[in-house]
Amino acid sequence: MSTKTMIETNTPASTLRHKLRIDDVNMIFTRDGKSLPVLENINLEVFDGEFICLLGPSGCGKSTLLSAIAGFLKPTSGDILIDGEIVRGPDPRRIFVFQERGVFPWLTVEGNIGFGLGKLPRAERSRRIAHYVKMVGLEGFEKSYPHELSGGMKQRVEVARALAVNPDVMFLDEPFGALDSITRMIMRGELLRIWQAERKTILFVTHDIDEAVQLADRVVVMSARPGRIQEIVPIDIAHPRDISSPRYLELRDGILSQIGLAHNL
Amino acid sequence: MKLPVWLRPVLFILVLLGAWQLAVYLHPHQLLPGPIKTAHGITDLVHHGLIIKYTVASLFRVTWGFFLAVIVAVPLGLIIGWYRRAELAFNPILQILRPISPLAWIPIAILWFGVGDLAAVFLIFVGCFLPLLLTVINAVQSVPAVYINAGRNFGLGPVTLMRRVLYPAIAPRLMTGLRITLGLAWLVVVAAEMIAVNSGLGFLIIDARNAGNRYDLVLAGMVIIGVVGLLLDNGIRSLERAKALRWGYAEKS
Repeated sequence: MSTKTMIETNTPASTLRHKLRIDDVNMIFTRDGKSLPVLENINLEVFDGEFICLLGPSGCGKSTLLSAIAGFLKPTSGDILIDGEIVRGPDPRRIFVFQERGVFPWLTVEGNIGFGLGKLPRAERSRRIAHYVKMVGLEGFEKSYPHELSGGMKQRVEVARALAVNPDVMFLDEPFGALDSITRMIMRGELLRIWQAERKTILFVTHDIDEAVQLADRVVVMSARPGRIQEIVPIDIAHPRDISSPRYLELRDGILSQIGLAHNL
Repeated sequence: MKLPVWLRPVLFILVLLGAWQLAVYLHPHQLLPGPIKTAHGITDLVHHGLIIKYTVASLFRVTWGFFLAVIVAVPLGLIIGWYRRAELAFNPILQILRPISPLAWIPIAILWFGVGDLAAVFLIFVGCFLPLLLTVINAVQSVPAVYINAGRNFGLGPVTLMRRVLYPAIAPRLMTGLRITLGLAWLVVVAAEMIAVNSGLGFLIIDARNAGNRYDLVLAGMVIIGVVGLLLDNGIRSLERAKALRWGYAEKS
């Protein structure tokens, strides 16, 4: 299977342009006087509107890489460029979704979703809040506080809060990791629906191979300690994906063996 | 026999009062005045219009001392808690000042402000300021990093971040800190009034003893201090039930 192909088969070539470029990024943490390489020689290009999954075992540095791209961490060496500009800090055009832990517990659902809309006139603000409340299916819960909601609902609040400021990039760090498996499946479907409607560039960190193959245009497989990009696997299946199709299974098994796992336990 | 829940503490208090009265009856010259004499003491004070006057005087000092401590300690605590370098600079001095009882400041309070309201207000300020400051610093440092990162991600600068993320995130702990500190203020005011002023409930107690060993009035004063303290605590507790703060208590459970 050729995985070096950068251009995806189901996207017209004319719309392709680089949204994100990662040039030779290295990240070294210092703990108790010892230096610990976390990321090594990361090179990646992401196209506008692309859905990328960063896949790897826990501790492989995928979340660190995502935090660096979002501007929360500074790489030890190398550059991260978005729209041709070096990333120097977090930016409202690129919103990070932290599982459901990032929802502000002191604000209602409305208050959370409208958090980034402080500068808009009141009418426009409430119109946008209503729009995204509806999009994530939380009508009737506008005045509820997060502690009154389930984990899946809190996750929707956070996704809606991110979408409300109309970012061009969204970073999701194992956003559905804490949810039960049924809710997780539903949330994947909703994320895809939203992505298809809004065409954001999405970088999605996961350790779940099925999740990656179900969602991504390309899966970036990372190896652990130090984190390196092992392989980039384009998923050339149109949405909605049939998760029992031979192509799906072939791609999934390819990644499984790439990571070094046989699929019979 | 099953008693209604509200009746149990009432009955228990009556039993204690009975035991107190009995003990006083058995040893009339060695113990305190009994509950009946104390009640007479309270009515005496009411007749002279002293209860309202002294309670208002004490509350006035507590209000000002507490209020000043809040408006200085909360913003300062937010800043010190937020900037690691400020914490490194302030921490040693705070740790040295912390074990000093506010009462140790009495001579300095009188030296600076003379005998009067200002000295008492100053002592309450000193008593409230440090515990409150340390509560705020601690609360800021335990705010989860995700809230701060989320706030920064939406483009908030340091000032808006403090107002829209840090402050609401610490509000439940701040509320608890305010409650404890107000209780402390009420403790300090009594001590301060025994030395630094000529009115208030603390003055009532020391004056009743000094001017004729009126221990019935001493006990009457103590009862009033207890009741007013309870009412203050209940008042501030009702603020804790505010809707925007409830999450802090809901999450712990």
